[in-house]
Amino acid sequence: MNYFHQFAFQIYPYIALAVFFIGSWARFDYAMYTWRTGSSQLLSTRGMRLGSNLFHIGILAIFGGHLLGLLTPHSVYALFITAEQKQILAIVVGGIAGLLCFAGLVILLVRRLFNPRVRATGSFGDVLVLVLLLAQLSLGLISIPRSMQHLDGGVMILLGEWAQHIATFRAGAADYILGVHWVFKAHILLGLTLFLITPFTRLVHIWSLPLSYIWRPYQIVRKRPATLDYGRRA
Amino acid sequence: MKVRAQIAMVLNLDKCIGCHTCSITCKNVWTSREGVEYAWFNNVETKPGIGYPKEWENQDKWNGGWVRTGAGKLVPRAGGRWRMLSKIFANPDLPQIDDYYEPFTFDYQHLHTAPDVAHQPTARPRSLVSGERMQKIEWGPNWEEILGTEFAKRSKDRNFDAIQKEIYGAFEKTFMMYLPRLCEHCLNPACVSACPSGAIYKREEDGIVLIDQDKCRGWRMCVSACPYKKIYYNWKSGKSEKCIFCYPRIEMGEPTVCSETCVGRIRYLGVMLYDADRIEEAASVPAEKDLYEAHLDIFLDPFDAGVIEAARKEGIPDSWLDAAKASPVYKLAIDWRLALPLHPEYRTLPMVWYVPPLSPIQSAAERGRVGMNGQLPDVASLRIPVRYLANMLTAGDEAPVVRALERMMAMRAWRRARNVDGVEDRAVLEQAGLTVAQAEDMYRYLAIANYEDRFVIPTAHREYANDAYGERGGCGFTFGNGCSGDSTADLFSTRKTTGYVVGR
Repeated sequence: MNYFHQFAFQIYPYIALAVFFIGSWARFDYAMYTWRTGSSQLLSTRGMRLGSNLFHIGILAIFGGHLLGLLTPHSVYALFITAEQKQILAIVVGGIAGLLCFAGLVILLVRRLFNPRVRATGSFGDVLVLVLLLAQLSLGLISIPRSMQHLDGGVMILLGEWAQHIATFRAGAADYILGVHWVFKAHILLGLTLFLITPFTRLVHIWSLPLSYIWRPYQIVRKRPATLDYGRRA
Repeated sequence: MKVRAQIAMVLNLDKCIGCHTCSITCKNVWTSREGVEYAWFNNVETKPGIGYPKEWENQDKWNGGWVRTGAGKLVPRAGGRWRMLSKIFANPDLPQIDDYYEPFTFDYQHLHTAPDVAHQPTARPRSLVSGERMQKIEWGPNWEEILGTEFAKRSKDRNFDAIQKEIYGAFEKTFMMYLPRLCEHCLNPACVSACPSGAIYKREEDGIVLIDQDKCRGWRMCVSACPYKKIYYNWKSGKSEKCIFCYPRIEMGEPTVCSETCVGRIRYLGVMLYDADRIEEAASVPAEKDLYEAHLDIFLDPFDAGVIEAARKEGIPDSWLDAAKASPVYKLAIDWRLALPLHPEYRTLPMVWYVPPLSPIQSAAERGRVGMNGQLPDVASLRIPVRYLANMLTAGDEAPVVRALERMMAMRAWRRARNVDGVEDRAVLEQAGLTVAQAEDMYRYLAIANYEDRFVIPTAHREYANDAYGERGGCGFTFGNGCSGDSTADLFSTRKTTGYVVGR
């Protein structure tokens, strides 16, 4: 059991993240033509406005919350907020975003499975991504009542320590979460698996957040510089 | 002044017979693949009609093109940058595939394999998207061919604005024309401005607007932003695609496939020089009716010594400057003012222009009550309402349309007088503001339309070529990863795509 625990929470994170980073880089470099959002809105708009907006807004909030919440050291946020307050904040904001995301995800999954056009043109990966996200989100939501039973922020700090130890390549990360409830462990395991499959699914479009659109000029003109100096050009 | 060159196109609608050869040859070359079965980079519409996709001209519905704000700034009609990004999860203006048509095939094999039955077997339609049986085909790529639907539906055509359209529902009053459409390769393209990834760009050398297929992420904002609806989302590859103006052919000095194969010889290709510094100024003039003149204003005279000098400074090759002097597009659009832009009110400064069609004189004229305007029949007596053409080509300003139609009628009348009556009818030319020399040229370019007059395309210069050494052993133009036209599935969720031949 301890061996499995060590593997799952000390070694598997590095496997998952290595595949995530190297796989994304390889796909970007080797198969950029496949790098896409995979939108199926053209085939059917029904359910997209509500489902896709709720899902994306919810999951972006959750993702940002996890990133900040897990990776900010206790000593940093303690300057502004106590661990108890932070846990309440996480439960409230995460809970609301989770419910929004859940509603959107259900709409999208129903559409993906039962709209004949979307079903026929989608791939196995498209369904898998939605099912895994739904399972992951459900685990996250189930963990909320569990967290309500210990509002001192202790478990949250343990989870944060685990994540920060993993992120900084320190041994003993898995020991922090040896005693936490299985819901949290399952949530972490599935979360890591989502990182693992990202390079092989449409999830890669997360990397492509098009923020540069805000400051780029409206018009783009590409120039092929005229030159006869072929030797110096790649 | 920043001189730039573009290969522009003019279509002479007066000679279009609506044969769809352009559409079919284009389709077989560029969009005979899964994911773009429904896409026609070039299509021919019968007007009046709502067109393809349905009601593409209704920007209240699709929010395409640009609008001028009260402060005089140009912003995409769909909204500024933050608003555009806020629509990224679900684009509320995106047409659905049914707005184009659901692509279909027929179960031809059933005709071979059906058992001995009492009734003759039939080939029933099947969707190319879902693979499901289609009980009834509701719409197709050219459903309105030769006024093919009820007038009540067709009359939603936005070009009927400010026209008492009810009277054109009557058989005696009806009219029609063909409108071949392709990407306009605009000077101020709205698609480029809407692309969150910055994947769409205009080529500086020849003005062709392209989508970088590697950079495109499929955010699909360009599809709705283009007011001409000439960007198509490939549902298989997840990338947007558009007319590429056959750039591999243009670079070799050959006309586009649609132009090359046009049996009516209605298409012209030539170099236009323009002042890139004044694009924004021209696109943002306050009154929509002034947009046509503003667009004309930024074109540069290829014979002007100052222009030639400035063009050389920008590195435009001399062969391009020579081609600009012989450009049929320049003659049609500037010298004779026959060609007009399609929907200048979208403020995109389109570069595919149209010569408006003449149409038969109304039946009243046949009974001897023809309205004459001096030497010429009154253009108001033509079947196609001038106002309709003006709504399409000059944002509602009738004067340029009347001038173009009168000049074409004058050229015909002058030619007829010379050939049939043996007289030189200068009066008719004078009324239309033409000289004999101009009329001779017009006759040569419009009626004879020799290949070498229609297409004056300088080849791309050696200096522009990439270093080919790095591409040795590579392949030329493909869709997707790899060298074959068909791509196969792989680890990175490349989807297997098959090509097919249309119309066989």
